[in-house]
Amino acid sequence: MALADATAFPYGLRVLVVDDDPTWLKILEKMLRKCSYEVTTCGLASVALQILRERRNKFDIVISDVNMPDMDGFKLLEHIGLEMDLPVIMMSIDGETSRVMKGVQHGACDYLLKPVRMKELRNIWQHVYRKKMHEVKEIEGNDSCDDLQIFRNGCEGLEERGLFMRADSDTMRKRKDVDKDHADQDSSDGATVKKARVVWSVDLHQKFVNAVNQIGFDKVGPKKILDLMNVPGLTRENVASHLQKYRLYLSRLQKQNEERIMGATRQDYSHKGPSDNLNLRNSFQEQPGNGANGFQHSSQKIQAQSNMLDPHLEDTKIVVPLKVPDKNGTPVSDVIDPQSVTSASPLGGVLSFERMPLNQDRKPSETMILECQSWSGSVPPKQFMQYPKHNHERCDLLGDYSCLPKPDLEHPITPGHLYAPPPLVSMSCSMEGDIRDFSDVKPDLLGCMKSLSPALTCTVDSISAQLSDSVVTSTNSDQKFSSVEGLSSGKDCHFDQARNQTPLLTSEEASTICGTDLACLPDDLSGYQLGLNGIDLFQCNDAMMLHGLQNNWYDDPELSSEIMEFPLLDGCLFA
Amino acid sequence: MWIACAHRGNQIACARKMLTFAIQKLEYLELHLRLGYLDEQFCQVEDLQDEASLNFAEEVVTLFFKDFARLISNIEQALVKYPKDFNKWDAYMQQLKGSCSSIGASRMKSECMSFRDYRGQGNVEGCMKSFQKVKREHGALRQKLEAYFQLLRQAGPAGAATRPAM
Repeated sequence: MALADATAFPYGLRVLVVDDDPTWLKILEKMLRKCSYEVTTCGLASVALQILRERRNKFDIVISDVNMPDMDGFKLLEHIGLEMDLPVIMMSIDGETSRVMKGVQHGACDYLLKPVRMKELRNIWQHVYRKKMHEVKEIEGNDSCDDLQIFRNGCEGLEERGLFMRADSDTMRKRKDVDKDHADQDSSDGATVKKARVVWSVDLHQKFVNAVNQIGFDKVGPKKILDLMNVPGLTRENVASHLQKYRLYLSRLQKQNEERIMGATRQDYSHKGPSDNLNLRNSFQEQPGNGANGFQHSSQKIQAQSNMLDPHLEDTKIVVPLKVPDKNGTPVSDVIDPQSVTSASPLGGVLSFERMPLNQDRKPSETMILECQSWSGSVPPKQFMQYPKHNHERCDLLGDYSCLPKPDLEHPITPGHLYAPPPLVSMSCSMEGDIRDFSDVKPDLLGCMKSLSPALTCTVDSISAQLSDSVVTSTNSDQKFSSVEGLSSGKDCHFDQARNQTPLLTSEEASTICGTDLACLPDDLSGYQLGLNGIDLFQCNDAMMLHGLQNNWYDDPELSSEIMEFPLLDGCLFA
Repeated sequence: MWIACAHRGNQIACARKMLTFAIQKLEYLELHLRLGYLDEQFCQVEDLQDEASLNFAEEVVTLFFKDFARLISNIEQALVKYPKDFNKWDAYMQQLKGSCSSIGASRMKSECMSFRDYRGQGNVEGCMKSFQKVKREHGALRQKLEAYFQLLRQAGPAGAATRPAM
């Protein structure tokens, strides 16, 4: 199958440029237009995410600045990579090796230094092409006819979109028409023209993990897993890509764990296995005041995540989010029993969760451990697509998380330990979708070890959403989202919250975050100051989870408004 | 025949005027480049100008100065509200530096960098000094660019058409 004329310049490549500097935005737009690309500009990361979510398949590549006021460029990068799986190029005035490294670690396919030259922009199409090649490769070697069909569809999609065809008027017209057609199709079924996407529900993911564990992580291969899973309709290609993400996830966990291990002896994790540490990409920062768990306060993301997810911690009754005094003042710790209904209100739950990741004093490492554990454990995956009725009693946000191994939540999250730019923002953004999607997550908390992370992500999101509903008094001057289900305020809220957290931010971005909008948060939410930590936590998970969730959200806006429990579990990591 | 000659004469005069203008512009720009006010990026910006955006360079520069006011005010506030919060200062200064890089304002950019150096040393006074310098450089650059664009406008279409080749 030929991809049209591969030597032709990809005219009309659809680029989204995100930069808070209006001067640069104008210049970049002009430059890209001169390269014959189709350009959309955006001054805020949050808005960019929204645009991408709304118009999922309308962009081929994203270029984003690293330092942005509303969201760390790296977070945005992660979100995009996981949710939309688009190539992202980072830009910055700062060319320090550490920053570039960070970009690479977060998945940027390139890192440009400002001032950016037009010749550099002219070549960005290579990243789009490269990504497609990799996707195709996943299918290669597959002996299934289905995969070949997907492949063909993918290539045809490319051709139809005229991505690599000569820019003659006919082609342009054809592409426009095709785009229009695809737009409807894409938005309705959530599956791209190019590739049939499987939503990795909690159940499905659990099957996957079971299969992996059964085969033995070292000997695992997509075909073997596929056979063991015995899921009709699932292709080897689906499994292969999921496996790839799983491996990445595990290696991140491993890194995280290594750092966390330092003091954490609380949990006796039997499952270390391949899932070692969830390395959320931030440098692990030791936080003072580790609890008995000995969880080190590590980079937030992982910490938070693992906290939530560690199924092993169930016994320890660590309620991750619960620690935080929720709106109602319900002690977080109340919500621990996986089986029990959360005593805290959903809002509280929401709050808790948010706190969770943010809890600097907590032992993030604990969380991480949980995370790892969860991976090794078996999370009962739920078919995402089915949106099973969520057992609300048990599955309200708080409750769900209580099932999940909870990191040591005894210590209220203390603000001031913000690690990274507001992951909350990310979370919030992800929440744009219908939080009701959570409801389909299986309430089987015990099994949701793995899902902990994703669930966490989801939870956070739903919490955000919840938060937005109840708490949202925060007025975010930067509010740019056309609120979906009224979540925008929540997002802003979170965002502000995260922003408030900047005191300890080491990154410049963090410091640039102005606390101007912090005022919006109600006092009892002060605990959310942790935001950053938590945000980071969710950063990774978010992306994962969001991906899966996002699919659901887009596909099924009618989902009941039950709070989702572990929707994130499955899709979160490997959406 | 007389008219034809006159017409021809006009054409030559026009061409001469254009040439003169082109040279003036070139000299002006070169002067600034040599003095370090502007670097190659400015030329890149000018190069982006085309039939679809005849005043692109001027628009960009206007946008830059407008945004500059906002960035400067952020820094000023930070210097007052968060004394010694170097991280915050630094973040804002980075933003400013990024903005300066967009139009090639090299002198301003260097002052931003020295601000960062002082910040790295924890030298508050040095930071303040640098900050003042940034503002001064901004004023000087603004003056020169305004004069430059005025020159361009006076030259009219001939001026626009004779941008120095990059």
